[in-house]
Amino acid sequence: MLKIENLHAKVDGKDILRGLTLEVPAGEVHAIMGPNGSGKSTLSYVLAGRDGYEVTEGSVTFQGEDLLAMDPEERAASGVFLAFQYPVAIPGVSNLQFLRTALNSIRKQKGEDELNAAQFMKLAREKAKLVELSPELMKRAVNHGFSGGEKKRNEIFQMAMLEPSLAILDETDSGLDIDALRIVSQGVNALRGTDRSMLVITHYQRLLDHIVPDVVHVLVNGRIVRSGDKGLALELEKEGYEKVRAEARA
Amino acid sequence: MTETAPQDAAITEALSRKYDAGFITEIEQDQAPPGLDENTVRFISAKKKEPEWLLEWRLEAFRRWQKMKEPRWAKVDYPAIDYQAISYWAAPKSDADRPKSLDEVDPKLLETYEKLGIPLHEREALAGVAVDAVFDSVSVHTSFRERLAEVGVIFCSFSEAVQEHPELVRKYLGKVVPTTDNFFVALNSAVFSDGSFVYIPPGVRCPMELSTYFRINAANTGQFERTLVIADRGAYVSYLEGCTAPQRDENQLHAAVVELIAHEDAEIKYSTVQNWYPGDETGKGGIYNFVTKRGLCDGDRSKISWTQVETGSAVTWKYPSCILKGDDSVGEFYSVALSNHAQQADTGTKMIHLGKRTRSTIISKGISAGRGQQTYRGGVRIGRGAEGARNYTQCDSLLIGSECGAHTVPYVEVRNPTAQLEHEATTSKIGEDQLFYCRQRGLSEEDAVSLIVNGFAKQVLDELPMEFAVEAQKLLGVSLEGAVG
Repeated sequence: MLKIENLHAKVDGKDILRGLTLEVPAGEVHAIMGPNGSGKSTLSYVLAGRDGYEVTEGSVTFQGEDLLAMDPEERAASGVFLAFQYPVAIPGVSNLQFLRTALNSIRKQKGEDELNAAQFMKLAREKAKLVELSPELMKRAVNHGFSGGEKKRNEIFQMAMLEPSLAILDETDSGLDIDALRIVSQGVNALRGTDRSMLVITHYQRLLDHIVPDVVHVLVNGRIVRSGDKGLALELEKEGYEKVRAEARA
Repeated sequence: MTETAPQDAAITEALSRKYDAGFITEIEQDQAPPGLDENTVRFISAKKKEPEWLLEWRLEAFRRWQKMKEPRWAKVDYPAIDYQAISYWAAPKSDADRPKSLDEVDPKLLETYEKLGIPLHEREALAGVAVDAVFDSVSVHTSFRERLAEVGVIFCSFSEAVQEHPELVRKYLGKVVPTTDNFFVALNSAVFSDGSFVYIPPGVRCPMELSTYFRINAANTGQFERTLVIADRGAYVSYLEGCTAPQRDENQLHAAVVELIAHEDAEIKYSTVQNWYPGDETGKGGIYNFVTKRGLCDGDRSKISWTQVETGSAVTWKYPSCILKGDDSVGEFYSVALSNHAQQADTGTKMIHLGKRTRSTIISKGISAGRGQQTYRGGVRIGRGAEGARNYTQCDSLLIGSECGAHTVPYVEVRNPTAQLEHEATTSKIGEDQLFYCRQRGLSEEDAVSLIVNGFAKQVLDELPMEFAVEAQKLLGVSLEGAVG
């Protein structure tokens, strides 16, 4: 599904990713953990194609295609979804209007028919249940005046609507209380499937209690330094990042 | 009409020239030679078979205009206008000169109509194709007139009103905007070509939205429209004005005057979507739009509401205002103004509170992109007698890119201590983060900008009648094409 090879990337002239290699097969959930500044968010932005994140070396292949050659909207249409760490507010644009525009843009790029208002509403009502999103919240302006938990639930709602093949969850657990974490995780788990891969980026092991990954990678200094099963996350939780950092230096 | 225009050698000569068809319909193309003097004014008045008092009124305005100076206080920059190089009279082109079908029309223009979703039959009219319902600077779109007549509503061209309802025209013309109000008003009063006239009798709620399309069609012809809307006691009317223009190479001057009068308990809602040719990327060839619009809330509990979406013109100079004379009268101003490329807009409103407990609301949304310059200029004046008057002003600017500008110039004058005024202002940029968020969800950059801008303008767009709101939304998107990336 996703194959990253020897990826190097710069932000503001500074090397952040330094030879990252990673493969996520279809249907698997991979967690990426790592200390602050290790390049976790940079990785998610590079994959989504944000301006200012300059790839200097390496390749990213997504479903057999060169992901790095695509515009952000083309990546979205081909099935890449990024759940933002800090979802952005768009005042005056209702959540539903935004999503309908997004969904139909994607459908159009894929050569599918656009959904009419009734079809769209039916789908939206169905998907909103996954993350217990109230109809009132769907009508409000995108992320405008939303609480931290509401924003993250809204991200997962969007993901459910857009049905990506690769979902990148960038610190989706940050700013969530225990109840919100449970709701968001339930939503994510409901979206797991054999044709959908996920990259779950997090600082903390606790998210992985809810969204159990197939593989855990540790990112330090822009490289994957260790990979393992869920046990690796527990180990990190106990011992901190110092040990893997030392290993990376060695 | 019985009065005849004064005979003058120039007029006689002009009148004798290729002018044998009837007035208003089926008229042959004729255009006055460029230049402006008293004879020009007499020529126009004679062409329109106007009564003596109106000719005198025009001449008085012209004499005053000659002594006035063009205002230069607005934050707009344009080359000096040669008023002697303009032709002040152009009747509709004859069908022979018009495109026979849309196939003969500039494809770029048609593309814009397509993007705006303008219905096919309207496209033909807007592009100047010879069709039955053709309206140029002489006449006005007057469909549904019979239905309106049933309830006593008068909706006709200004020229017709002068012929058929001279007592109403004479009573109200220039009452809200005196001829000497400013340079452009004096000019308009002297040479106005035509426009619209609306009268709603007491207690009548106008059964439909009234609309008219103004166009500029003949090259190098200044346009001087005159609109007068009167809502008698307890009447209600919603008037829509939409403008679009074909591409032009020379700058075109447009100096319209709109006067609204609301009597006791009457309400006038006046909506404008203005999309005149803004010029090319460098501003070359765009329209100069110097408009004076003012409403008088004459009676108690009357209400006047201006809503405008301004996306066109190279230079805009426009301040739709309300004089709140009646007690408990209400004035509103909702505005979206967009300047892209080299467009300049200096626009805003004046709310003049004279009556007791008068209330006004100003919501202004300015959008600047490219090298566009945008100024909000607003005045709120509370007179001595305006006990308990209130004003709320909200003024938001949105910047796209780093070469454009937004400026806010609010004037406030309060002469009554019981007044309450609120003013809020914000300036924001379309963030890279917003654009990226939209694109990550599959929107193209242009769709993203359009969505964000429409969200920004929503508060104003919500005030527009439904069919206009849809067109206005598309217009904002189309006007911003090429603003990013």
